[in-house]
Amino acid sequence: MASALFNSLVAWADDQLVLGHRLSEWTGKAHVLEEELALANMGLDLIGQARNLYQYAAEVENAGRSEDDLAYLRSERDYRNLLMLERPNTDFAHTMLRQFYYAAFMQRYWQALTGSRDERLAAIAAKAVVELQYHRRHSAEWVIRLGDGTEESAARMTDAVNTLHRYTGEMFDTSADLRALIDDGIATDPHTLRTEWEADVRSVFDRATIAWPEEEPPTQRGGRDGIHTEFLGLLLAEMQSLHRAHPGQTW
Amino acid sequence: MSLESLDHAARQRDAWQVAAKVPDPEVPCVTVADLGILREVKVDTSGTVTATLTPTYSGCPATAMIEAMVASALHEAGYPTARVETRLSPAWTTDWITDEGRDKLRAYGIAPPVANSPDPDTLFAETRVACPRCESTATEQLAAFGSTPCKAQYRCTQCHEPFDYFKCHRQFS
Repeated sequence: MASALFNSLVAWADDQLVLGHRLSEWTGKAHVLEEELALANMGLDLIGQARNLYQYAAEVENAGRSEDDLAYLRSERDYRNLLMLERPNTDFAHTMLRQFYYAAFMQRYWQALTGSRDERLAAIAAKAVVELQYHRRHSAEWVIRLGDGTEESAARMTDAVNTLHRYTGEMFDTSADLRALIDDGIATDPHTLRTEWEADVRSVFDRATIAWPEEEPPTQRGGRDGIHTEFLGLLLAEMQSLHRAHPGQTW
Repeated sequence: MSLESLDHAARQRDAWQVAAKVPDPEVPCVTVADLGILREVKVDTSGTVTATLTPTYSGCPATAMIEAMVASALHEAGYPTARVETRLSPAWTTDWITDEGRDKLRAYGIAPPVANSPDPDTLFAETRVACPRCESTATEQLAAFGSTPCKAQYRCTQCHEPFDYFKCHRQFS
């Protein structure tokens, strides 16, 4: 059970860290200062959630590894994040749609985990769920503004849907480790949230005048098994470079 | 007056008062006690002080700084061993900001959290925030996020001053 818990904590932590890092890449590049602050703030929330999860994972593993070791000294094949979250930012529409797809799921998943039998996990979830409310709201509003905006913004949002929708199915997958936690009352089966998630996304798409893909594209998966797209290696190379060049360096 | 002359209960009160005075490094008009993030201060029989703090946001960069400041304030007050512990549960909420803290925020130019804010699940719902300078509620949101994770940016359409709003942070659903 300890290893199932460790593996699941690390997979969730990897999700938050990779997406948080992607959002941090907007710093200095966003179209207006206010949105740059919003992206950086959401990234900060996610990295804070990742730290809470890595710290707990390191304690569960009890092998002398720290949260920094888990974040900076594992390579691509050891990362277990969802493929959607490692995708490049592309443009503001892609970034906001990815944020919405994920936050609309994760707000609900954290909510479910607040009832976990594992008190530490429930406490981490209770903090995160309040933060995710704002992520979902902010990104949903942008999906609507851009989808129901100009011809250009609508085309970009549609393009984002065509690119990213195929990655959403992986959010609802259950690994063997996660299954063990579900059976033990520690975690929730993400699949049970799919109907509610889809209704939320569809209602936002309706307001955005964006079409739900007529034919569901085949789901892209592999992140939970460490099989990644070519984008994760580049992200990790940049994120880990300082720590690898100066092992043990602290601020 | 030396710490040695105080009995245990008085020491405990003293240690609380020392920790409680530590300001938030990012919003220095309020203390950790005003914000409600100082949960407990205990002095054990050997004189070791344990201050328990709860973080505001998971990723608040001020958290580590606040912990260091609380420990150093206790050292300076004469407590040789001061430890700071983090407690995640129950999760912090802006409902824990004291009335005094809310007044201090307002005097500093930051609008305190509005208790009956709309549920953030409701898209495009606006929170009626009173301008901390002229008290007018003719204000509008400029941005949902601000210079720190806990704030949003607003503007008063009456006195035309921009101001920070300390967002309502609690679980709605």
